[in-house]
Amino acid sequence: MRGSSPATDSALRHGGRPRRRLLALAAPIAIIALLVLWQVVCSAGIMPPYLLPSPIAVVRALVGDWPLLVGHALTTLAEAGIGLAAGIALGALAAVAMDCFEVLYRAFYPLVVLTQTIPTVAIAPLLVLWFGYGMLPKVVLIVVATFFPITVGLLGGFKSVDPDEIDLMRSMGASRWQIMHHVKIPAALPQFFSGLKISAAYAIVGAVIAEWLGGFSGLGVYMTRVRKAYSFDKMFAVIFLISALSLVLMWVVEAVRRIAMPWERIERHQGE
Amino acid sequence: MRCGSAPGYVYWSATGEEPLAKLVIDGVSQGFGPVDVLEDIDLVVESGQVACLLGPSGCGKTTLFHVVAGLASPRAGRVLLDGRDIAGQPGQLAYMLQKDLLLPHKTIIDNVSLPLVLKGEPTAAARERARGLLGLFGLEGTADRWPAELSGGMRQRAALLRSYLFSSEFMLLDEPFSALDAFTKADMHAWFLDVVETCGTTALLVTHDIDEAVKLADVIYVMRGAPQQGEPARIAGSERVACPRAERAEFALTPAFLEHKRRVLDLLGR
Repeated sequence: MRGSSPATDSALRHGGRPRRRLLALAAPIAIIALLVLWQVVCSAGIMPPYLLPSPIAVVRALVGDWPLLVGHALTTLAEAGIGLAAGIALGALAAVAMDCFEVLYRAFYPLVVLTQTIPTVAIAPLLVLWFGYGMLPKVVLIVVATFFPITVGLLGGFKSVDPDEIDLMRSMGASRWQIMHHVKIPAALPQFFSGLKISAAYAIVGAVIAEWLGGFSGLGVYMTRVRKAYSFDKMFAVIFLISALSLVLMWVVEAVRRIAMPWERIERHQGE
Repeated sequence: MRCGSAPGYVYWSATGEEPLAKLVIDGVSQGFGPVDVLEDIDLVVESGQVACLLGPSGCGKTTLFHVVAGLASPRAGRVLLDGRDIAGQPGQLAYMLQKDLLLPHKTIIDNVSLPLVLKGEPTAAARERARGLLGLFGLEGTADRWPAELSGGMRQRAALLRSYLFSSEFMLLDEPFSALDAFTKADMHAWFLDVVETCGTTALLVTHDIDEAVKLADVIYVMRGAPQQGEPARIAGSERVACPRAERAEFALTPAFLEHKRRVLDLLGR
């Protein structure tokens, strides 16, 4: 099989298969150890349950409220999905436009960077004021939060292309769009996916923050309600759910990246 | 008229029909800001010839190639391909740069058929045409491989096939073999002459390797100058090498080879 021998080489160099398997277990073991410690702290009464619910209580809350949580999660996911899609579209459009026209780059790149210095939490109330309690303010907030990593990633990728490659394409009579299509966009894919991974995490967090400030449904709304009721076990449950959703979304991005860039695996093997 | 300034050549037959010269570089000057890089470059490549442009590094060979490939407009002078001025017009002839510049995200077949796709040919038809030439370029069985999986020599041959598919009539080659090891290079030389002979391609090749120039060229143009030191490059002279392509493999072992090399060294001022 192609590429199998470099893989074996590297396995040998890193001390063989058994050791590698042990290393892969390091993270799960650490997490389990932390959970056990947490449970012990709660069971021993070092922290009162109304301040720090035990992991078992959190799981019980998660299971007990599951049908309710699924409904809220679907709202949040819908907002995050629409916002992320719009953010990708806008970010990609901005990157292509700024790459094609130097003037646009000079004029708007500082502005794009500036939008990132504005804390999301600070503009959320304004968005609610302007767009009401429906889905729109949430989507707008997510777009603002997600388009930046996309634009920056793509622009960086476009600019990383070897100028000789562009010369070669021009010498073959390629148009600007053909150079974009055949050279620049594929070359920018690695940085695009790195940006997308960050954007995906931002999308979920952005949705939750926007929901805190008003809405009828969503994990942020649920969070506000259980906080006001002082049910910290449910609070922890929803926090875990949110971080699980972010992880799944990032994992999906990684899976798409592998499918979209099959040559990357070969190159990594050659590099070893 | 400028058109007869290169010594010893007739560009057009007396009747004005058949052009004898495939490419004529006629009085080309080029510079960037206050720096003059090229001064009054005259050069002729006859149809079916391999011409070598020989000169030290940094003397402006690549600048000249940019002008010929139409990537930059010269300050003065003309570039005639088949008698037509193509200065400042890209897309008229095949240009192969020093690096292979294969796109890492395209398979070999898609890399080499890219010029056809750029010209508007449907992908399937372009692939089919390229597939038929893989054998001639020593690339059998690599169609669906990624460039990263190929050796340096194979990548270079793929880059050459891509140039060939863009234009089999005239190729500009910028140090195409300089990155290869000595053995691969010798193989590539023999193979290159074979392809040129088979396809009737005209080529202008940049090199800073005197042996390579004498081995491959029908005519060698020696370029001298140091633009960085305020001395623009010009053509110091030319050397014709009359050796049939079939005898080129053994040519380097003959006294005639050394005589050519001596005269080229004289032109270089060494």
